This record gives sequence, structure tokens and C-alpha cells, in this order.
Amino acid sequence: MNRKFLLYASSRKSWALPYLIFAVIFVVVPLLLIIVYAFTNDGGHLTLENFEKFFKHQEAINTFIFSIGIAILTTLFCILLGYPAAWILSNSKLNRSKTLVILFILPMWVNILVRTLATVALFNFVSIPLGEGALIFGMVYNFIPFMIYPIYNTLQKMDRSYIDAAADLGANPMNVFLKVVLPLSMPGVMSGIMMVFMPTITTFAIAELLTLNNIKLFGTTIQENINNSMWNYGAALSLIMLLLIAATTLFNTKDNNGSNAGGGLW
Amino acid sequence: MQEEKPIIELKNVTKLFGNKIALDNVSLKVKKGEFITVLGPSGCGKTTLLRLIAGFHAASNGEIWMSGKEITQTPPYMRPVNTVFQNYALFPHLNVYDNIAFGLKLKKMTGKEIEKKLKSALRMVGMTDYEYRDVDSLSGGQQQRVAIARAIVNEPQVLLLDEPLAALDLKMRKDMQLELKDMHKTLGITFVYVTHDQEEALTLSDTIVVMSEGKIQQIGSPTDIYNEPQNSFVADFIGESNILNGMMVHDGLVHFCNADFECVDKGFGKNTQVDVVIRPEDLYIFPVSDVAQLVGVVQSTIFKGVHYEMTVLCDGYEILVQDYHQFGVNTEVGLLVKPFDIQIMKKERICNTFKGKLLDTSHVEFLGCTFECFPVSGIEEGAEVKVEVDFSDIILQDNEEDGMLTGEVNFILYKGDHYHLTIRSDWDEDVFVDTNDIWDDGDRVGISIPPPVVRVIKMTD
Repeated sequence: MNRKFLLYASSRKSWALPYLIFAVIFVVVPLLLIIVYAFTNDGGHLTLENFEKFFKHQEAINTFIFSIGIAILTTLFCILLGYPAAWILSNSKLNRSKTLVILFILPMWVNILVRTLATVALFNFVSIPLGEGALIFGMVYNFIPFMIYPIYNTLQKMDRSYIDAAADLGANPMNVFLKVVLPLSMPGVMSGIMMVFMPTITTFAIAELLTLNNIKLFGTTIQENINNSMWNYGAALSLIMLLLIAATTLFNTKDNNGSNAGGGLW
Repeated sequence: MQEEKPIIELKNVTKLFGNKIALDNVSLKVKKGEFITVLGPSGCGKTTLLRLIAGFHAASNGEIWMSGKEITQTPPYMRPVNTVFQNYALFPHLNVYDNIAFGLKLKKMTGKEIEKKLKSALRMVGMTDYEYRDVDSLSGGQQQRVAIARAIVNEPQVLLLDEPLAALDLKMRKDMQLELKDMHKTLGITFVYVTHDQEEALTLSDTIVVMSEGKIQQIGSPTDIYNEPQNSFVADFIGESNILNGMMVHDGLVHFCNADFECVDKGFGKNTQVDVVIRPEDLYIFPVSDVAQLVGVVQSTIFKGVHYEMTVLCDGYEILVQDYHQFGVNTEVGLLVKPFDIQIMKKERICNTFKGKLLDTSHVEFLGCTFECFPVSGIEEGAEVKVEVDFSDIILQDNEEDGMLTGEVNFILYKGDHYHLTIRSDWDEDVFVDTNDIWDDGDRVGISIPPPVVRVIKMTD
């Protein structure tokens, strides 16, 4: 037994042990706790009443749908703005020195709350009213680097001879983009969607700050419930959101299947 | 008969990448229906030439014409050419069918037409029944065939092929060569083929364009290129050859290896220095007898499958001979070459000539450095002068710092009893050196020129 242990400790397998312990304490156990809390009531009895409460609670459902809507809108804006940016960055003719890449990634070095507070201050300074528009602006501003980077990565790695080949076969620049560049960069776009959609759907700090607490997102609802010690209901809401995110992840991995996965971030 | 218009014509085309010259004032005419091969070592500009014709690069200078229309500025998608890429560039997100149909779909053809053309293209490359395969699941040779099908299905006027067989193994390459040649016959369209493989070029082409350093060295049929190379680069690059320094005594008589030879070349003038090219298979080797023009001793003999390759030392000159009969090492043999098999080339230069400036009576500036020279008179200080240095007078140093200037060995030519090197100096000037020492391509060397060998000549005009 002792010898076996030594053998294990000296093998490379043992290197994974600290990470395994970390993952169990900070990922697996909390997840299990969420599930347990979601299916029990205050007294610790097994029940579905938390979910019933959610589906009967019109305001919560509205917030849920609204959150998804905001997340989809944010993701869409990020794609529309991020793709051309990534294209420019990956084009060596337009971006000789790679400094532009740094400039685009630079905001990520600043804490998200600091950036959002600064945005609030800026909006106040030029007296733009805070609200839904400001919220979407803030979300896009905060999350667009996560869209640009994976797309930039796939475009960067793409063999330029595909573009030559398409042009050679009679495709004008528009067709080259639609029939070759876009399909080949889809893995990057999918990664970008994951990177943006998931945090936007769960965020609450940005919403609170940029709408002066006027617009509630689903993340806010969860946070409020947990703050008010309604652990079981909060856990149920968290679980619902987790399932939604899990669903989008499945959709994504299915799409990536086989190809040498996209952005390098996922 | 009226001369047929060339299908492609390049007029004084120059292409620069930054400061680097990739193509230097190239002019070329391609006849309709011809199989033309652009041949040269890597970095000679052959791929650039092809990409200019395809439209992927814009010419820095000059014009490109196709079927009587200027297309210098036409974007690639509007040119009636299709390309087979070196790495095939098959779209990984499309299957074989969609890859080949890519061009046809863009032309808004109906499904039926596409189907028909696609079937015949696949039949032509021997890939029927592969329509719905993923391109990643195909072998290199199969991908090659799909790439060719994808290009020819569009029925281009010109098919451009960029080293298409470079990635295949020898046997496969030979098979594909024959297939390409058949395809060229069947399709009847013009093929422009780029390769660094001289054997491939000789096998396939109607016309070969030999390129080096961004310049066209010779254009001709495979037999012309092989039998009558115009300069030592072509002679050395195509096949094996003995290249020797010679002297044209008068028309029909040439002197080399310390012997006189009858030849068929004329018009070089009397007592002119020339380069003599003799292919190793054109030399007859036999036991010493009266008919021998050269007598020598066999230095080495190698079995090459079909023939033996022997080096014979004749009066200080090493000569390469190929023959079906083997003569052992140290055997004394006689050599004979027929007048018709001696190819004479005018020497491009008989000594180094530089443009320089006389600084004072004993110092002259050229190649970006100041050199000492024997005192000169009759030329005023500061005047532009011509400087001559013989090939054999330049000294090459292993240690770069020992030289007055530095450079890189760019081209090596064995001349039987010495090496003729081309050194590219760091200021992009060529220095030619004769030496007995062995250097490698790409070696860094220091160059020194001792004062007595520098000849300063007054500019005449």
C-alpha cells in the first residue's frame, strides 16, 4: 500500500491532484449545493415548489425573457462590430505592427466595474440619459474584446490561399467573403458568441450601474433573492439559468465538431 | 501565314517586394495551346511570375496582355485563367462536389449543367465516385486531382500550375506527369507550369523558360535548352554538364584542356575566351588509342542504374563521363567528343568590372569600400573610373572580419580545374571569383583585393 502510494506520488498523474481538489471544492460541491437547495424548501424537505413559484411569478419570467433578449442583442451587436474589427486586425496590410490588437485588448486590463463606473460618469458628463440604450452600450463595450479575439484568431490562422483560390475561381470580394472567409471563420464566431452570451446573460453589476437600478436583469433577480436569504428560490433560478447556458454550450460544441476548434479560447 | 497572336504577353514586367526585386524587367510571350514551363531554383521569381498572370500580385511596372487585351489591373476573378495551387487550397468546409462546382455555381449555371461538367471533369482526373467525400479524407494525390478538376471544370483559356506535383512521391509524380501531358492534349488549352524540377520540365513542356534571380535566362524547346544552353547558369541547372574555360582559336576550332578540338560553332572571332559545355553522355570513353583527343586517368566510378558515371582527370581537368561500360579507378583511358556535341558559349564577362571613383593617386573607391591600388597617373582625383579585377586575383577569407568587405556565396560553378563563384556583396553587387577552395552555397565570406591586382581605367566617354 505504502509502495503503491509512493509510486502514485512520483508519477505524472499526481500533478493533477491539486487541481482536482480545487475543482471539487469550488466547482463540484457548489454545483451540487445549488441542485440540493433548488429541490428543497426551508425545512430541508424535497420539493418542486421553487420551480412552481418561478413559473407562476410573471415578473420573474418577464425578467428572464428580457435578459435573454438583452443578451442576444448584445451578442448581435458584438458580432456586427467585432467581425469587421477582427478582419482589419488580421489583415497584415492594414495592421502591420500588431499594435492595433493590443489597443483592442487593452480595455480588458481594466476591471469591469471600474470601466462601467467610468462609463456612467461619462454618460452623466455629456448628459445622455441612462437606461436600456446605455445598458446595451455598456455591455457591448465590456464584452466586445471577447468577440474580437477568437474571430481574429481564426482569421489569422486561415490559409490565405483559400482567398486566392476563391478569387481565381471567379468569386468577387463579396462572394469570397460570404462563401469562403465567413464559413471558415465560423468556429471563431461561435467561440465569440459563447464568450459574450454567457456573461451577458448572468451579469447584474452593469445593469445596476448603467440603468440606475431601473432595469432588472435575471442576474439581478437571483442576487436579490440570495441577498434576502431566499436561498432555495435563488438556487432554483440559478439552476434554470445554468441549464440554459448548458444548452447553448451543447449547441456550440456540436457545431465545432471535428474542425480544429475556433478561437483558442474554448 | 499571319503570325498567331500570343495568348499571354508580358511586356517589361517588374515586381518589387519592398526593396527586393522579385522580377526584373521580364518579357515573355506564350503561344495559344502551348505547354510552357517556368523553371528555376527556389527564389528565382517563378511563382511571382505565375501569381502576376493570375492577378494575385500587381505588377510594379510593365504590362500584362491576354488574348489581345491588357489585363495588368484586372482583378483575379475577372481573368480567364484558373490556377492549381501548390498546396491545393481545397476549401476544407466543402466536399469534393462543392469544391469543384464552386466556380460553376458562381457563374449561375443550372444544376444539370453543373452535374454534367462535373462528371466529365472528375472522369478526366480519374476521380469518379468521389463526389461526396470530405476533402480532408483524401490522400495527397487525390487532393491534387480534385484541385486540377476544380480548375479545368471552368474551361479556362489558360491553366496555371504552381509546382502542383512537388508534394507527391516520385512514382506518383511520374504518373501524374504523363496524365497532365495527356490532359493538355485532350483539353487543348494553354498550360503555364511552374517547377524547380528540371526533369519534369524536360518531360512535359513544349517550351521552357529558365529563370534565375528574377530574370529570364533562356527560352526554348527542351532540346534547345538541353543541347544549346545560352549561359553557364542554364548549362549547370539543366542536367549534368562539364563546363570548361576555352579559347576559340578561329571558326570551327576551339582550344580547351590543353588540346585543340574541332567544333561547329562560328562567329566568335579569333582567340576569344569562351565557355565550353560538354554533356557527360556525349563523351566517348575507351582504352587509350590513337583516336583519343584527351588522355586521362579514371578518378572515380559510380554505378547509376542505366550507366556508369566516371570522373576522368585529363591534364589537370576533371571531366565527368557517362557510359554503359565501366572503367576501373586508375585505368588510363582515352576520351573523344564529336564536333557537334561541343557547345560553345560566349563568356558573359572575362573579369570583374566595377564602377569606382579615384580618391587620390593610390586609392580608389568601389564596392562601397576604399582600396589601395598602384599609383595611377593621367586621371584627375575624384574622377569616375572603371575598375577591373581578374577572377583569380580576389581572395576569399573564412573569417568575415579579415576581408575588406563581406558577402555571401550565391552560385557555384565547377570548371573542371577550379570553382567559379558568384559572391553577392552586402551592398547587392556581384563579385566573381575563381578559386580552388571548396565553398558552399550561402557561406558568408570576407573578400579582400590586394593592391597590385586592381586595374584602374579611365572612363572613355
